[in-house]
Amino acid sequence: MSIAQKVRELLKSHGTPSKEVYFDLENSGFVPQEVVEAMMPYFNRIGYGHPSITHKPGWEALEVVYETKELLGKTIGASDPDEIVFTHSGTEANNLAILGYLLKNRGRKGKVVVSSIEHLSVIFPAQFASELFGFKTVLVPVDSEGFVDPELFKLYVDKETVFVSIQMVNHEIGTIQKLKELIDIAKSANPDIVFHTDAVDAYGWIPIDVKKLGVDMLTISSHKIHGPRGVGALYIRKGVEVEPPIKGQLSVEKNWPGVENVPLIAGFKKAIEIMFSNFDYRVEYVRKLRDKLIKGITSSVPHTIINGPLNEYRVANNVNVSFLFIEGEALTVELSLHGVYVSSGSACSSRVLEPSHVLLAIGRKHEEAHGSILFKLSHYHREEDIDYALEVIPKAVERLRKISAWKQ
Amino acid sequence: MLLVFRLSSRIPLPYSPKVLEIFRNPRNLGPLEDANVVEMAGSPACGDMIRLYLKIVHRDDGDYIEKASFESYGCAANIAAASILTDMIIGKKVEDAWKISWKQISDELGGLPPIKYHCSILAVGALKRGIRAYYKQIGYNPPWLPKDLTVEERQVLEEEEMMERYYKAMKALGGGSR
Repeated sequence: MSIAQKVRELLKSHGTPSKEVYFDLENSGFVPQEVVEAMMPYFNRIGYGHPSITHKPGWEALEVVYETKELLGKTIGASDPDEIVFTHSGTEANNLAILGYLLKNRGRKGKVVVSSIEHLSVIFPAQFASELFGFKTVLVPVDSEGFVDPELFKLYVDKETVFVSIQMVNHEIGTIQKLKELIDIAKSANPDIVFHTDAVDAYGWIPIDVKKLGVDMLTISSHKIHGPRGVGALYIRKGVEVEPPIKGQLSVEKNWPGVENVPLIAGFKKAIEIMFSNFDYRVEYVRKLRDKLIKGITSSVPHTIINGPLNEYRVANNVNVSFLFIEGEALTVELSLHGVYVSSGSACSSRVLEPSHVLLAIGRKHEEAHGSILFKLSHYHREEDIDYALEVIPKAVERLRKISAWKQ
Repeated sequence: MLLVFRLSSRIPLPYSPKVLEIFRNPRNLGPLEDANVVEMAGSPACGDMIRLYLKIVHRDDGDYIEKASFESYGCAANIAAASILTDMIIGKKVEDAWKISWKQISDELGGLPPIKYHCSILAVGALKRGIRAYYKQIGYNPPWLPKDLTVEERQVLEEEEMMERYYKAMKALGGGSR
């Protein structure tokens, strides 16, 4: 049987649940119809040309590319649209920031400092670049809620430090890092440090101002805000130079070679417009849903741990729960059979056989990480969706606990 | 802190309908009151653990597994592997049950994805431990029972020991657990 046939069989056996709620916005998500419609013309009606070529379809493409750069730049307080570089994913944008800067500065020796709960698209390029160019990558530990302790951070940044990357909001446990303080510490230890932040999970959820923060580079991803997959963006402050780690175009301005994905960029623009209209109201709305979900789970299911902070430093859309005595992958399958779609930080649900490095870094034991489930909410969720999840989750957990060989 | 990942198959093989079906309705679930062997393999820290309950009886023509049941902490494949193993051994001669390989379990489940092979290895490991425990209990060494640990038993042991070493190392570093 071919793999496609196997998947078809699996789906047939799974069936379509009578109600479906999608909470796995961490890994990817649906694209709202209005965003799809914003993309459509750019496939074959306008702007289908290459934005760097001198003809009308090219200029139409260039127009929407710059409209998006200008809009995006405005939402983060950039001073020039050319400070925005489009890549084809958040992973690529993080790679451009780290590999690109360290490639440009190869020959210099020194330290690269990243936190131990960064997305792997930050940790791996940092380690990779260090291996290639002789930098030393150091991971800063975090506390049990995912915060980098400023006093501890002072010991990690010094005259030897070349590059720092610390996430604005953690993708798994929703910690809103006290970034301004960390940037100030880094810059006062050494004004030459280039400070990058992965803001993929912050964008659209907390206000961002690159100038007030004093950050040098910042990563954003389209599909994390209900835009299409396949577009990422990196803000590179004017004056900071990177060398494209991938090659393919003669153009000197192009930090990420390859044709811009114009229709998807048009969709990204629409998604940004939606995220930033009624920003405060939307965030508050989602925060209420989040609190309802957290409260509902902890009051109906015994033996749970909420991972990440439980105060104003938790991002509005993140719920991460460890259910003890059961394994997270089994729970994702059980919930899927009932139409609740989530992901887990367990080893078994990942493509690697290790549980989430984020949960281990905040001091969770392996068995606590194995039972973790991540819910990511958005303004497309309704209160009924939370009610439905709260109806399904306790039963699912109870059934798996009954099966489990690990008893209280 | 070093991040080490054991990369495995990149082929995104899905579960078979059989795994999903058994996951939905596992058979032979829960403790067995008249079990004379209760054996475990794996640990919560590893992310999978199987407890096997066996009732082994002696008949004129040999020893038989009269009853078997399981509990499983682990992924959907782990639950399905433990369940189907109990189905496969109930009524079997112990000597024949000993011969069941992890591959047979995987095949019986419609082919596990390579990343889930360890689930069937764990199930077989638990069974082999249980059989050894039974003969130790009655103080008899059947000629067909190998002295050395089999591949499955060794692998289960390695997985368990690896986690123990990890926690010892983390403790020495002053972190890792609260």
